[in-house]
Amino acid sequence: MDAHDFVNLAYVASATLFVFGIKMLGAAETARRGNLVSGLGMLLAVVITLLEQGLDYIWILVGLLLGGVIGLVAARKVKMTAMPELVAVFNGFGGLASLLVAWAEFEKIRGLGWIAYELETSSNALFSGFVIYCAMLIGGVTFTGSLYAYGKLSGKLSGSATVFGGQKALNIFLLIVILVLGVIFTWSTDLDLTYKVFLSGVALSLIFGIMGVMPIGGGDMPVVISLLNSLSGVAASAAGFVIANNVLIVAGCLVGASGLILTVIMCKAMNRTLGNVLFSGFGATSSGAGDDDDREPKAISVEDAFYVLEAASSVVFIPGYGMAVAQAQHVVKELAELLEENGAEANFAIHPVAGRMPGHMNVLLAEADVEYEKLLEMDTVNPMMPTVDVAIVIGANDVVNPAATEDESSPIYGMPIIQAHMAKTVFVLKRGQGKGFSGLVNKLFVMENTRMIYGDAKATISSLVNELKGSS
Amino acid sequence: MDLILLFFIFVLAAFLGLELISKVPSQLHTPLMSGSNAISGITIVGALLAIRAGEQGTVGMVLGFAALVFATINVVGGYVVTDRMLQMFKKKGK
Repeated sequence: MDAHDFVNLAYVASATLFVFGIKMLGAAETARRGNLVSGLGMLLAVVITLLEQGLDYIWILVGLLLGGVIGLVAARKVKMTAMPELVAVFNGFGGLASLLVAWAEFEKIRGLGWIAYELETSSNALFSGFVIYCAMLIGGVTFTGSLYAYGKLSGKLSGSATVFGGQKALNIFLLIVILVLGVIFTWSTDLDLTYKVFLSGVALSLIFGIMGVMPIGGGDMPVVISLLNSLSGVAASAAGFVIANNVLIVAGCLVGASGLILTVIMCKAMNRTLGNVLFSGFGATSSGAGDDDDREPKAISVEDAFYVLEAASSVVFIPGYGMAVAQAQHVVKELAELLEENGAEANFAIHPVAGRMPGHMNVLLAEADVEYEKLLEMDTVNPMMPTVDVAIVIGANDVVNPAATEDESSPIYGMPIIQAHMAKTVFVLKRGQGKGFSGLVNKLFVMENTRMIYGDAKATISSLVNELKGSS
Repeated sequence: MDLILLFFIFVLAAFLGLELISKVPSQLHTPLMSGSNAISGITIVGALLAIRAGEQGTVGMVLGFAALVFATINVVGGYVVTDRMLQMFKKKGK
């Protein structure tokens, strides 16, 4: 067995560790160990790759150190609430790396010429051209798409969908140009021409990533993030075909497939198709039916809210992105505990797409040590809703919008929601009177049994906690 | 032949990935995504191989180096963030 076989065998072991790691990530008890197992797989893949001949170790060492330190610091410093942004950035970097690997391989071809390259790597020029272009394209789209998503998530860019006239036509035109360039790149053997085509392809793929995410509204972010995650896997897999490396192909493909599943689950949670999410510009047009409603939302003071809460025997918290922004998860948990001491039953209703990434609320409440049994899923909590005394909506908008079940003209019609409006009393914690992230009017806010508590969610909950503490 | 073989594992891996994930409880979606995001940093292997002395000229070296840095950020950061998340899940006593 020569060295090359040995390396490939080790890659198989590493791919196996990835499979087990992902499998273990899928169950709560083993998830942390699963992450470690897949990390071991990565370490093995890196170490074994270093055994390949002809590597320039000094540059490798510098690169590993530089990237490692940046990654470590970013991952350690980030607040739990800013997690979706960070994951989006990391994801984008993965895509960019795939683009660069494909490009570097193309530079090698430019140096050697196609014929020498084919001989050296025993590859097929047509196929190599095709996969290089694929890896570049998918990597590029993942990169700028993720960065744009980061901008939206972190509030640096407007969260609402940006739609302009002729956008669809422009995107289709872009896609056609990209594909035509791909065909030229794959078939042509003229290196000067293909180089120009390649560079244009890079530029267009970067633009296309931005154009693709632009028309998608903030409420759809969990879908976008998991789709981009899937794409970064596909990009890695494509890069694996470029250098004919099995571990890249397998690991990338695993990520691509699992990301796709998550995307489908997210879409189902919103009762929409993927195409609908990507192309409909959800939230760009506000619902006409809500606008002619001239009822004013009724506000309530913290003191009055406290009296209602003190008398309540069952309370359900419905957290959304607003809780994350205010970093209110710890005080929310404190309030829940105090309410329980007061004899009330306090639960949390978690909508699958609340927040900015799949399962975002679960992570935040786990950080605050909320018991897992208290986190109820939508299907469990909705039948209970009419018996609930107080539903406290903390910075959630669309996932409690009754228009989804009542208003057929609403863009979110058909999306399953947490039926907060069925509760006897609803408190909505909100910073201002503006519309939600998706830009849709929410009729829940003007309903008879709804009271608004304006202000920062954390401050509001803290004063409720103090009132409750003072009373006992 | 080699290409067909690679394509073969690609298809099998796709089905494996679909099977692995189809029944994951929703509270694990975020860590799962972040964990698989870290795995997508496997491109790091490609980046390492791209940094070969004198094979693809200076431009190729620079590209490979940049790829290595970005992939390493993806890998290291991804695993650490995922672990931080899962740590919180673990603290809950049953």
